[in-house]
Amino acid sequence: MNLLQACLLVSSALFCIGLVTALSRSNTILVLLGIEIMLNAANLNFIAFWRFSPAGTAPATGVIFVLFSIAVAAAEAAVWLALVIALYRHQQNIRLQEATRLKG
Amino acid sequence: MNLSFALIAFLILASAVLAATRRDLIHSALLLVGNWLGVAFFYLWAGAEFVAFAQALVYVGAISMVVLFAVLLTRRTRTELPLLVATRDRVVSAVLGGLAVFGVLAVAVLRTPLDINPAKPAASVSMLSLGQQLMGPHAAAVLIVGVLLTVSLLGAVVLASSDADGKGEAP
Amino acid sequence: MIAVTPILSVATSVSEWMFERATHSLTLVATGNDRFLERFPLLLRDWITGHLPESLGWLAVSLLAIVVILAAFGLLFAYLTLAERKILGRIQNRPGPNRTGWFGLLQPFADGIKAVTKEDVVPREADAVLHFLAPVLLVAMSLLGLAVIPFGRHLLAANLEAGVLYFFAAGAATELAVFMAGWASHNKYSLLAAMRALAQLISYELPLLLSVVPVVMLAGSLSTTHIVDAQGGWTFGWIPHWHVLTPWGFAGFLMFMIAALAESNRSPFDLPEAESELIAGHLTEYSGFKYALFFMAEYFGMCGLSAMAVTLFLGGWQAPCAFLEFIPSYAWFTVKLLTLLLGFIWIRATLPRLRMDQLTRLAWKFLVPLTLLNLANAAFWSLSAGWSGPLQWVRWAIAVAVVVGPFLFLGRALTAGVAPRTYRYA
Repeated sequence: MNLLQACLLVSSALFCIGLVTALSRSNTILVLLGIEIMLNAANLNFIAFWRFSPAGTAPATGVIFVLFSIAVAAAEAAVWLALVIALYRHQQNIRLQEATRLKG
Repeated sequence: MNLSFALIAFLILASAVLAATRRDLIHSALLLVGNWLGVAFFYLWAGAEFVAFAQALVYVGAISMVVLFAVLLTRRTRTELPLLVATRDRVVSAVLGGLAVFGVLAVAVLRTPLDINPAKPAASVSMLSLGQQLMGPHAAAVLIVGVLLTVSLLGAVVLASSDADGKGEAP
Repeated sequence: MIAVTPILSVATSVSEWMFERATHSLTLVATGNDRFLERFPLLLRDWITGHLPESLGWLAVSLLAIVVILAAFGLLFAYLTLAERKILGRIQNRPGPNRTGWFGLLQPFADGIKAVTKEDVVPREADAVLHFLAPVLLVAMSLLGLAVIPFGRHLLAANLEAGVLYFFAAGAATELAVFMAGWASHNKYSLLAAMRALAQLISYELPLLLSVVPVVMLAGSLSTTHIVDAQGGWTFGWIPHWHVLTPWGFAGFLMFMIAALAESNRSPFDLPEAESELIAGHLTEYSGFKYALFFMAEYFGMCGLSAMAVTLFLGGWQAPCAFLEFIPSYAWFTVKLLTLLLGFIWIRATLPRLRMDQLTRLAWKFLVPLTLLNLANAAFWSLSAGWSGPLQWVRWAIAVAVVVGPFLFLGRALTAGVAPRTYRYA
């Protein structure tokens, strides 16, 4: 098992931790935190492959992709905050499982 | 080099696991900040300085503020929620699903023959070439991300503003 | 106070060797002076690390750098508190502390002893871990920013290619510590005050970053050493090429200074820590040494931001005239840094405190548009660098008009509806 595989295992483990968090917690903000963990795991993957890429490939593509990913994550966090506030205003708590008015 | 990688990996995974299992929401958020710092250290270890500092600036400096404001604006009395029976079932099934996904990913990673170039210090890209790449071939993407950020901020303001007829009260 | 400068020069010179790592040494332009005083720090460093085996050389250099930065800036912090009280006193027509030692020179040590021996009160319901971590994190993050500042020609702790970005990333983490302090106190008023302090910090982070972008654009690099080198050279031998002496640089410098005042919670933006505002703000439940740590973090932040302003706008360690180059570079840096810090103290003595809504209005409606216009102005300045002869006057006129015009217009819009100022003398 070389170093690249170790990096990929770490990012896979982080992704699964984020997945479990997003699926199992009932607090909307913790679901957001799980999604941010998953985004970070994907970025880790990008930088791991960029670091160990063979010489001759485009030197900056991985870094640029991660930069855009961080920017998009910031935009998503802002929209999530607004959604949480709107949800709180409707049901006075932020249990995600209670937001079922559109169900069925 | 392997020792530093092991320490960084431990920091990332331990803070993520602790953040996912805390009852207190503020503790979760602050442990996740530790996770983001660990990821920034990983980028530094891999030689991507600019991305590491951008990660620290955006995640630790801005997104953590967003999350903490969201926590504080939406709490009732204390930030701990009681545990229901349905929650426990959901947690168990989520953990099983997560373990299955990790199993699949780990097998995929370990079975693939990946040839690597560990001794490649020139992997780090200079600031000048990064800037030229961003303003040259990727200029369209930069402009689109700018528009995306503006649109998302405007949308967030519209979503969070209280209704005109006073039906929703400001938190 | 007069004794501080040679002590500081010696301290910074000692720090200098520590900083320069032999493998990362920067070969700088030969226009610099090679006199003994300039090379003294490097010789000292080589002498000290010569005693150690080769394999530990890098560790010794880093540790020396850390120790000397801590010692120099710790001493600067101590005597800055005394200087502030004396200068505030003199401006207010009173002597300031003069009982402890000659001219009150032992006052900082008396304050330190008092802070250390006070009882450390932690509320029972407070979150003990966060309550302890908040001041520690604040001081640590304020100190981290000092690593990328070139204190002299050969004095730099970490020659990072993205040094400016690193400095502001370290500064952004201080906001987290402010929130932790307000939250961990388990006090409604502390939390409210921490929210207000956070709003102030994030409002002024944008003008701070935007006023630095023109400098990076014109210097062509994020590295602090390259920015200092880009400000080298003199016209006619006595007008330096510092960024502050250009229209966009002057406006950028002023806006950076205003944003730095607000980022370090310094009067007239010291609403978060004033005693008449929500008790003591987010510092209410802190006593003894932790309280002193908060103020140490504020002064370190102030010193760090002033040092960054000197590096970005005032030419770093460059001398103002060609014939003054015999004075060592670190002495010039110290002189410029002390001038800016004295300016901060003077502003504190003169201006009244701003209210919260005035503060945020100043940031969003005044500083952010001005910094964006400054960016366009700097771009115009860079693109018109090739204009020759009488066109240079046109270039200067346009650049100055773009700085002064919006300032007057926005200033008038900001103070519209306010009654004319009346003065009443006692």
